[in-house]
Amino acid sequence: MPHVLTRSLDRSATVFLIVVAACGVLIPLSNLLLPAGSFLQVPTYLVALWGKYVCYAVLALAIDLIWGYCGILSLGHGAFFALGGYAMGMYLMRQIGSRGVYGNPILPDFMVFLNYPKLPWYWHGFDMFWFAALMVLLVPGLLAFCFGWLAFRSRVTGVYLSIITQAMTYALLLAFFRNDFGFGGNNGLTDFKDILGFNVQADGTRAALFALSCLALIIAFLICRAVVTSKLGKVLIAVRDAESRTRFLGYRVESYKLFVFTLSACMAGVAGALYVPQVGIINPSEFAPGNSIEAVIWVAVGGRGTLIGAALGAVVVNYAKTFFTSGALAPYWLFMLGALFILVTLLLPKGIIGTFNAWWEPWKAQRMAASANAVSAAREDGVSEPNMAE
Amino acid sequence: MLSKVSRYFRALPFALFLIVATILPAMAGAFEDAVAKFANDEFSDTEEAVDTLATSSNPLAYTIVSALQDDRLMADPDTKKIYVKQPDGKIIDALTGAPVDSLPDSAASVRLNNKLRRHVEAALGSLTLQSPDPAKRVQAAQSVFKTHDDAMLPAIDSALAKETNKDARLAFSEARAAILLFKEDATDAEKLEAIGIIRSRGDQEALALLTGLTGEQPPLVARAAAAATTAIQNRLAIWSAVQNAWYGLSLGSVLLLAAIGLAITFGVMGVINMAHGEMVMIGAYVTFVVQQTIRTSFPGLFDYSLLIAVPLAFLVAGAIGVLIERTIIRFLYGRPLETLLATWGLSLVLQQAVRTMFGPTNQEVGNPSWMSGSFDLGQISITYNRLWILCFTLAVFAILLAMLRYTALGLEMRAVTQNRRMAASMGIATSRVDALTFGLGSGIAGIAGVALSQIDNVSPNLGQSYIIDSFMVVVFGGVGNLWGTLVGAFTLGIANKFLEPVAGAVLGKIAILVLIILFIQKRPRGLFALKGRAVEA
Repeated sequence: MPHVLTRSLDRSATVFLIVVAACGVLIPLSNLLLPAGSFLQVPTYLVALWGKYVCYAVLALAIDLIWGYCGILSLGHGAFFALGGYAMGMYLMRQIGSRGVYGNPILPDFMVFLNYPKLPWYWHGFDMFWFAALMVLLVPGLLAFCFGWLAFRSRVTGVYLSIITQAMTYALLLAFFRNDFGFGGNNGLTDFKDILGFNVQADGTRAALFALSCLALIIAFLICRAVVTSKLGKVLIAVRDAESRTRFLGYRVESYKLFVFTLSACMAGVAGALYVPQVGIINPSEFAPGNSIEAVIWVAVGGRGTLIGAALGAVVVNYAKTFFTSGALAPYWLFMLGALFILVTLLLPKGIIGTFNAWWEPWKAQRMAASANAVSAAREDGVSEPNMAE
Repeated sequence: MLSKVSRYFRALPFALFLIVATILPAMAGAFEDAVAKFANDEFSDTEEAVDTLATSSNPLAYTIVSALQDDRLMADPDTKKIYVKQPDGKIIDALTGAPVDSLPDSAASVRLNNKLRRHVEAALGSLTLQSPDPAKRVQAAQSVFKTHDDAMLPAIDSALAKETNKDARLAFSEARAAILLFKEDATDAEKLEAIGIIRSRGDQEALALLTGLTGEQPPLVARAAAAATTAIQNRLAIWSAVQNAWYGLSLGSVLLLAAIGLAITFGVMGVINMAHGEMVMIGAYVTFVVQQTIRTSFPGLFDYSLLIAVPLAFLVAGAIGVLIERTIIRFLYGRPLETLLATWGLSLVLQQAVRTMFGPTNQEVGNPSWMSGSFDLGQISITYNRLWILCFTLAVFAILLAMLRYTALGLEMRAVTQNRRMAASMGIATSRVDALTFGLGSGIAGIAGVALSQIDNVSPNLGQSYIIDSFMVVVFGGVGNLWGTLVGAFTLGIANKFLEPVAGAVLGKIAILVLIILFIQKRPRGLFALKGRAVEA
């Protein structure tokens, strides 16, 4: 009974969207309007922290879209996230202007320090926000397009694809660590001042960025849902489950994969762009292969192939990370994270939401069937419930 | 020609006797006069004394002049006696070399000025030419070769006449050639001969010498010098290629060693073991523990520490591998991506466990004496530890191949790889074979750790730095094929080292990664792909 599935998903999707929207409105309002120290007031550091989680949730959605619905396990999605972040970071660097330590109106501090004679050509245009925003989508998207075009056309699949995506992010990690690559070497980009004329440190800007991140999460969720519930989404699931068979049925599998891979990379880029002003730094360690794998585990924890699960997993795992790494349990965090990887894959292969659905759906279907029986029984009686009979 | 040479050699002892017989008494007198002059402690007298000592053949001359250089030459103005304070604090009489109990109070060190210091340095240079140690003589000749100072020619000539050591003779004749080449009044024939000698030396310094030859030269000499320069450049290019190839082989052996266990678990079993690097790390820590035990309890056994560590590392890592297979991996067969995540988690746990037990810092693992040092082969220097690792890797590879080919377990492993269900119907306990195969792969990773502990830092992150490279090697070489892994590792190693001088270390590595990504597009199953229906499984 497919309509039951869609309808229930619709309901949970609505609940999810309402919760996200409520957080996006209420948390910034409580931060700004209530007096500091009040019980209900959310401190600014928490706003920034949760803003980070929301960005991670967007990244998790991007990974779930390709892994959960198309079977492409990318171990290099952190690269797209970081590239989006760098594009935003470059805009923020250009906004510093002459307020840097060396007071150079054009060159960012690290370029003065490294004796750059002039701005490298690829830094031009990043003083304009619209250009940077375009690059946030374009750079990860283009990289994913080229990479995917090569990989999917020659039918690199499964583990091989995972390993070469890992090689990609590793190569980028090495490249961005170089000082003469023009992106600040291992210090990365930091010390930001303004975004669109607002101080990045100010409470109001932080609250606005949080609200924007929630908005981005909502939009990303809607896009993903639109994709996975469309006919396109059905083909994607077919590719995931039986790629060769789908190809033999006449679908151009590589085009579908390429589309969804590029879309996913763009989403990851946006997540990175929102992440950077809230965290205040972007450096090459974001490219580390470990980060990308960790992002995959968020999806696995929440539930692969359930969009809500991906977002939920990102928030839950990262909340746990913050909670455990800040206390006395810090030395054991890696044990816990490692155990999480092992236990989730062994015992909870569908993730939190997936397992919940697996319990919930049959129970609900049974209840529906029972009530339908009751209704039909009542109708047979022909008296008690005239409205239902209509 | 031959008879001429042999006649020369027959005449040599006689000539030497003549030289010694006539010069030695005169020199001895000169030596004593010169030493006595230090007692005056006048700059001009000291200068004369140093210059005399420079040509003296007395074995004490070097000791005296070097003592003068370091302010350890003491003169007693009352008794006119000269003493040398040795670096270890003992006092000897400069004239006789006899030990003296203590310095007289009136003794003071002989003073130097800048002009004198230059004389002292020159004297030390020519004195080392007569040093009893052939290695020192060669070194002195090399420094003369670099400075090619005209003034050294007589000293070199006399040293060359006396020299019997083959290496030192060569070094002296090269130094002589360098001087003659730059000498204003040398004849064309002498210069041509000099160029010939320098050309046959053929290293970077010879090249620097020839390119430094400026000014008006006779056309014949200029042409010979140009020809020699090109010849040396070609030769150096070949040597640098040989050196790159050696470095590449060395890197390739390290890659092969790290990847070979993965070739078993990933290649043969199809299990993506992200904790493979941690097995390598565990092997390195086993080495550390073995060496630590030896240091505290059996210091004499240190040279055998690696021989003890290799089987131990195999057993420890192999046992951990079997344990992992039984508790985690076996529930995940047929789900490669989930295996990847679970083993990644496992790698985090193992790293953190080692960090908790041994601390996050690098542990000191020493080289046994037979693995330290190096030797020269032509123009390249080969370190013993790299050479041993190359041999060791090839041995491990050969043993593994033989094991897969000739033992019952190897046969069962191949059978399970090729067709699991058929193998099971033939009565092979597939799950036991799985566990043993995984244990074998992990054990070999442990052995790799023993070898890598000799050239890398032993820290909890050791494995992480190899995991991506290892996967690259296996994927590049072709999954399920050990020969592919061998070819892949050496290809990547050599390509990396040939790219490094052109692009720099990091860019070279990035280039290799990009090339592999592109290569995978072209041949998605690696260099030596398995063919047949198993591929799609």
